[in-house]
Amino acid sequence: MVLNSIERLLEKYDNGETSLREEAQLKAYFAQEDVPPHLESYKVMFQYFDATKQEQFTKDVPLKPKKYQLYRWISVAAVAVLMVSVYLLTDTKQGLESLSHDELMAYNQTVEALNLVSTKFNKGASSLNALSLVSQNLEKGVESMNYVGEFSETTNKIFNLSN
Amino acid sequence: MTQSDFVHIVMPLKDKVFRLAKRLLVSREEAEDATQEIFVKLWNNKQKMAEYKNIEAFSMTMTKNFCLDRLKSKQAQNLKIVHSNYQDHNVALQREVEVRDSMSWVSKIMEELPEQQQIIIQLRDIEGYEFSEIAKVVDMNETAIRVALSRARKTIREKLTHTHSYGIK
Repeated sequence: MVLNSIERLLEKYDNGETSLREEAQLKAYFAQEDVPPHLESYKVMFQYFDATKQEQFTKDVPLKPKKYQLYRWISVAAVAVLMVSVYLLTDTKQGLESLSHDELMAYNQTVEALNLVSTKFNKGASSLNALSLVSQNLEKGVESMNYVGEFSETTNKIFNLSN
Repeated sequence: MTQSDFVHIVMPLKDKVFRLAKRLLVSREEAEDATQEIFVKLWNNKQKMAEYKNIEAFSMTMTKNFCLDRLKSKQAQNLKIVHSNYQDHNVALQREVEVRDSMSWVSKIMEELPEQQQIIIQLRDIEGYEFSEIAKVVDMNETAIRVALSRARKTIREKLTHTHSYGIK
């Protein structure tokens, strides 16, 4: 390319008026080895721009899917469910204070009825004592029957002797 | 935007994002961290991304804002970013070394430019963006961008000829 046109382009370039295509022309011109000494500073600049553009990002970009947030909320929900269930379980074990009037009535009636049953049961059990008394007397009777047996034995002996 | 859309549309921008971050933050490690964080942010916003007309401009704007915020917080903490990727300027024996040397001068000179000009030079002269695209990223009109660009280009060249005549040679 003629030096004249390059110099004209450079003037436009210095004023920030060149298009990308004209800048590409300049870049191509300064990529060659020999340039006039008074344009040396341009050459350094354009070579620097060119070299800098080669630089690359070599590290990895750590991109994680956003799922871990969901897992975090699942654990929070699990803890909440646990707490609620514990609360509900302890609630059913509460005492008489939480019962309503009707429920209290029913409870008291049940207790009364059960008491009645248990007293009757005890009475029945005490009347069984009479039976054990009877069996005692029966045993005494059996014992005295043994005397009768003894007596009959001796009478038999007497009969045998007299025969 | 699905995962594969993201991989095909947004991931190819990673080099451009990294280069802009490095332009502003200078240190390579800082720029790598920033790029990773920006992509995590983009990834978390990928549902909304489909609504944006220009995903590239959106990503670059985000990069710009992120890096400027980071610079601001560093200044507030009175901390300097440690640059570990400076090259040693002492050996300038061969011509190739010399060229690389003067290129690192360009990079040093650009660090001294105002941030706005750094961004514009980066987007125009290195990434080859149209003025309309740059306008979306830096939120300026095209005339203002041309003025800033011209100023930046002239400053770089001026300082470069200065170091060439008095510094190295």
